[in-house]
Amino acid sequence: MKEFKGSSNYVVSEDLLRIVNIAIALEKPLLIKGEPGTGKTMLADAIAEALGKKLIIWNIKSTTKAQDGLYVYDTVQRLYDSQFGGEGVDDIKKYIKLGKLGEAFSADEQVILLIDEIDKADLEFPNDLLWELDKMEFYIPETKETIAARQRPIVIITSNAEKELPDAFLRRCIFHYIAFPTQDMMADIVHAHYDNIEEHLLHRAMEAFYQVRDLPTVAKKPSTSELLDWLQALRLGGVDPDEIEKELPYAGILLKKNEDLTAVKNAKNRVKNGFRW
Amino acid sequence: MFIDLFYLMRAQGLKVSMNEWLSLMEALEKGLCRNSLLEFYYVSRAILVKTEADFDKFDEIFLDYFDRIQHFEDIPQELMDWLHDPKNMKKYDKDEVDARTTYDLEKLRQMLEERLQEQHERHDGGQYWVGTGGTSTMGHSGYAATGIRVGGQSQHRHALQVAGERDFRDFREDNVLDQRSFQLAFRRLRQMTTRQDGPVDVLNLDRTIDETCNNAGYLQLEFDRPRTNDIKVMVLFDSGGSMTPYARLCSQLFQAVNRANNFKDLKIFYFHNCWYSELYTDPRCVYGESVQTQWIINNLSRDYKVIVVGDASMAPSELTWIGGSSYYNRYNAETGLTWLNRMHNRFEKMVWFNPIPEAMWEYDYGYQTIEMIRNTVDMYQLTVEGLGRGLKKLVSAR
Repeated sequence: MKEFKGSSNYVVSEDLLRIVNIAIALEKPLLIKGEPGTGKTMLADAIAEALGKKLIIWNIKSTTKAQDGLYVYDTVQRLYDSQFGGEGVDDIKKYIKLGKLGEAFSADEQVILLIDEIDKADLEFPNDLLWELDKMEFYIPETKETIAARQRPIVIITSNAEKELPDAFLRRCIFHYIAFPTQDMMADIVHAHYDNIEEHLLHRAMEAFYQVRDLPTVAKKPSTSELLDWLQALRLGGVDPDEIEKELPYAGILLKKNEDLTAVKNAKNRVKNGFRW
Repeated sequence: MFIDLFYLMRAQGLKVSMNEWLSLMEALEKGLCRNSLLEFYYVSRAILVKTEADFDKFDEIFLDYFDRIQHFEDIPQELMDWLHDPKNMKKYDKDEVDARTTYDLEKLRQMLEERLQEQHERHDGGQYWVGTGGTSTMGHSGYAATGIRVGGQSQHRHALQVAGERDFRDFREDNVLDQRSFQLAFRRLRQMTTRQDGPVDVLNLDRTIDETCNNAGYLQLEFDRPRTNDIKVMVLFDSGGSMTPYARLCSQLFQAVNRANNFKDLKIFYFHNCWYSELYTDPRCVYGESVQTQWIINNLSRDYKVIVVGDASMAPSELTWIGGSSYYNRYNAETGLTWLNRMHNRFEKMVWFNPIPEAMWEYDYGYQTIEMIRNTVDMYQLTVEGLGRGLKKLVSAR
């Protein structure tokens, strides 16, 4: 069996690598949770690239129903065709459109199915998919047909912990929590995005960044994507690296809430008066 | 295998199911753990634990379980001294060493016992003694397929060490709440009307279209019973006085309740320490801005769920005396306890959330009144976990 070893533009931690391979070996869906901006969605991309498989993404919204992922029976089109004399109206199969799950099941080769942000949907949504994910098949009553997976897809599910997922669903998954990257890993991530960044600037900016994150008064902690934007701004603005920690320029890129900006400002003032953060 | 670990986890409150355990066994069979405790730690955590809030508990149990197996206390100081300042490893043939040093734990223990008897000086780089930089099964900074590290630092991260770091302490559910977690907790408070009762009066558009089309275009309307949340909630806040330190927490809870717009009805009242004949409609508890408690009891239906938020800490007289109210000018003709009981008799579903940590309930300033109130109303600490348990109690059929 092929093993996932990470890909060129996605920095993957050893833990995550291990879990992905466990999920593949046990043929169970992999549930990924983590702070926003820790690259949950990109993981599926990276796996697909590394294993050379096709990626099918099912984006979940608050209105998504389990049925949407299986198939839709387009009765309106069929009526339309029947009234205007279209061909093959009596062939219902023609009007069954497979959803993302159906697509993944009926693919000839093994694919990777990403069910993105499953917690956005209704509380009952995951329960409605138990059978389908367990057996990797579903039944279409209109055509009396069973769609069963030819090759069991590798299922990756992401969640932002907006809602709690039902126990019955969780029991069937392998779970991984992506912790926020450590400083060393973060440096790797930054290098993967900006290959010619000045080391001194990066070092100083990261120090300030982690200090901001560690402030207990900051409610919405800045994430990786915010750090990347901030670094870009610091470079373009030509900021003196040694001033970053003291002045924290462009703080608005890191922090999106008024209260957080105030909290950081207060902390900064204390630094000026000789305190550490 | 490890079946006692399974039961240990369940006993400690980790909800591990049989299915998950079997998956773990399957993983072991497939060799996913690569005969290493560290791999076993990650594999079992991924399969058995489904929320980062339980990672810490898992770490604790894992440590507890495997620590018992791993302990060697009686290493003499003299031997430990020989192990200081390790020598670097020379080249070695990995296959040869692997073949020579694969033992089970029992044998390794026995070998260590023997060496402890017979070793009288420092040995480095060898194959037999307890030393550094060698390929024997004992010592450190060397290599062996299996072995016991004595002294020194681990070269490869060890499972117990990882578990011992307990990085996930912050995620424990007994941590205090922020507003977001309040909101999420309140979403659990729902009780949908069933498909069995209520009028069939909402047009089901999808089914109407489908049926109409199947009917060759003749309109066929399809109706459903709507499903709505049937829960009515009354929240009573203790305001002022000893609650001041928890003001921020309470205001967050207040906002979360207010934003949880999924209740059929929501009523909020305030009281100071304990309610008597009146409940206030304003957090300042001013005279005049109030409703009669008896009116509420008479007029609100029995199925209101009552949530009380307060520290339940006051002078016992405020609960047990006629005229014991802390407002000297608001005389109470009946005791606070009487009113508490009266409220609870009417509204059977009632819980009390207390911001004071549960461990302090028996020692804190208000221990007497906390106990008196707990005798009547179920009390939970105001944490993610406590809130969850309390709200569950409210919707359970008992």
